[in-house]
Amino acid sequence: MNINLQKITFLLLLITPLFAAAAVDESLWDNTLKPQYYAGKVIFESNDIIELDVPYRAEDPALVPIKIISKVPQTKDHYIKKIVIFVDKNPFPFVGEFGFTAFNGKADLAMRVRINTYSYIRAIAEMNDGKLHMTKKFVKASGGCSAPLGADLDAAMKRLGKMKFKLGAGLELGKPSMAQLLISHPNITGMQMDQVTRFVKKSHFVDQLKVTFDDELVLTAKIDIAISADPNFRFYFIPKKSGVLKAEFMDMSCETPVSRAVCNPGKRYSYSYTVTP
Amino acid sequence: MKKQLFFFFVLALFSFRAMSELTVSEVAPGVYVHFGQHQLPDAVNQGAIANIGFIVGDSCVAVIDTGGNPAQGYALKAAVEKTTNKPVCYVINTHVHPDHIYGNIAFKQKGVKFIGHQKLARAMSARGDYYIAKAAEQLDIKLTAKHLIFPDIAVKKHMAIDLGGRKLILTAHPTAHTDNDLTVLDKQTNTLWLSDLLFLEHLPVIDGSLKGWLRVLQGLEKQKYKTVIPGHGAIVTDWPTGLLAEQRYLQTLLTEIRGMLAEGRFLEEAIELVGYSEKDKWQLFEQFHKRNVTTAFAELEWED
Repeated sequence: MNINLQKITFLLLLITPLFAAAAVDESLWDNTLKPQYYAGKVIFESNDIIELDVPYRAEDPALVPIKIISKVPQTKDHYIKKIVIFVDKNPFPFVGEFGFTAFNGKADLAMRVRINTYSYIRAIAEMNDGKLHMTKKFVKASGGCSAPLGADLDAAMKRLGKMKFKLGAGLELGKPSMAQLLISHPNITGMQMDQVTRFVKKSHFVDQLKVTFDDELVLTAKIDIAISADPNFRFYFIPKKSGVLKAEFMDMSCETPVSRAVCNPGKRYSYSYTVTP
Repeated sequence: MKKQLFFFFVLALFSFRAMSELTVSEVAPGVYVHFGQHQLPDAVNQGAIANIGFIVGDSCVAVIDTGGNPAQGYALKAAVEKTTNKPVCYVINTHVHPDHIYGNIAFKQKGVKFIGHQKLARAMSARGDYYIAKAAEQLDIKLTAKHLIFPDIAVKKHMAIDLGGRKLILTAHPTAHTDNDLTVLDKQTNTLWLSDLLFLEHLPVIDGSLKGWLRVLQGLEKQKYKTVIPGHGAIVTDWPTGLLAEQRYLQTLLTEIRGMLAEGRFLEEAIELVGYSEKDKWQLFEQFHKRNVTTAFAELEWED
C-alpha cells in the first residue's frame, strides 16, 4: 500500500510539469474562449466523435486546408447538430459555426482558414442531445490574417459573388455524397491596414451561408474573417433523387477587424445547381 | 583603455562603411548588376538576396531596385558613386517585394524620381504594415512607414525615360509574378531588365497569376534581346533559351493542377502530388513549391 502510494506520488510528480505546460497553451481557451462561448458547459475532449486533420506546418498561412472527419453517422436519433471551430490565437478566434442535420449522412467538413500564429485549432461538436465533444490540433503558421490580399485582387473583386458546386465522383442516390461549394469573395480581414495613409480598411466577409437540396437544409454556417479568401467548403448530403442544390450567402462589413459591434449587412447572393446522378 | 577601445570601434566602423559599396558587374556597357545569393530572406542576409543595379547614361543614372534593406541601398548608392560621378535621377522599382524595395530610402533626395507600375503604390499600401512587421520578425531590421518610398511616376503601360543619350523603355505588365511587374529595356545595348518575371536556379515564386505569368512569357519569348537580367539568377545571353526552365516549371504546374481539378481532386492532394518532377532542378524548392501550388490551385479552380 505504502509502496503504491509512493509510486503514485512519483508518477504525479513526473506528469505535473506536463500539466503545467499544457495549461499554458490552454490558457486562451480556458480563460477567454470557453467562458465566452460555453460558459458553464461540460465539454468532453476526445477524437471519438470528430477529429481534425490539419497540416502541422502551414505552407500558406492565409490558406490552410483543414478537414473535420466525423466518426459517427448522422442518423435521425443521433447526429452532430453543430460544429464550431476556433483558432485560439487568431485576432478573431471564432472561425465559424456550422449546422448539420441527419440529412447529411455524415458531418464531415473541409474548408480553408487563415492562421495568424502558432496556435491550437479546435473543433467542438454539439450532438442533438446537447453533449459537447472537442478535438484539437496544433498548427505552425504565421501571418495568415494580416497577410496581403489575394494575389490578384482586381480579378477577385470582379468575380465577387460567383459560386460553383462540384460533386464527388460516383454520386449514388440514397448514399451520403460529397459536394464542394466554391464562393468567390475576397473575405477581407480588415487587418491589411495601410500604414502610410493610416487608412484602415473595413473587414468585408461572408457572414451567413445556407445550402439546401430541394429546399431541405444541408448546411448552415455563420462564418468570419478566419475563412480564407474565396471560401471553399466540402460537406455531405444524401440525394434521394435528382434535385436542385442551392447556396445562398450574405456578406457583411465591419468597422474593425476584431469587433463585431459596428457592422453593416452587405448583399445577398444565391446560386442553384441541378444534380442529376 | 576604454576610450582607446571606443576609438578603435569608431575607426573600424568608418573603414567598414568606406568599404561597404556593393560589388557590381558590368554586364553590358553602362549596365551594372549586383547578383544576389539564392537564400531565403533571414536575419543573416537581412533580405539582401535579389539582383539589383543601375544603368548609367550621359547625364544621369537610373537605379533599378534598391535591395532588401536600407544598408544594402546605401551600399548600392556607394557603388554608383564609385562607378560614375553622374547623379541618380530615377529609381525604378520593378515590383513590391521587399528584397527589391527596402533600400529605397538610400536614394530619397531632391532630383530623384521614383518610378513604379501603376499598381505598385496600392500594393505598397496594402502590404506595408505586414511587410514592416515581417522585417522585424524575420530579417531583424527595423523599418517604419517612412522606408516605403512610393512611386512619383506611375507607369500605366509603356514609358520612355532619357538618361542623356540613353533611352530606357519601361513596360508595366498585366498580373504575372505580382500584379505590379515593371520591366526595363535599355535600347542602346538591347538589355532587358526582367527582374522577377525571370527566375533562374531559384524556384520561381508565384504571387500574382500563374496563367498571367505564362502569357507574359509567351510575349517576351518572341522578342530578341542581347542580354536579359533576371531578378534571381545569372545573366542570360541566349534568349529565349534562358527562359525555358521557368516556363517548364510554370507549365508543369498549370498542366498538372488542371489535371487534378478535372479529376475532382482537392488542394491538399495537389500540394502533395503536383510538380515534383521539378524538385531537383531548383534551389529553394522546399521553401516555395507548396505555396506556389496553393496559389495556382486557388487561381485555376475558378477556370471554367
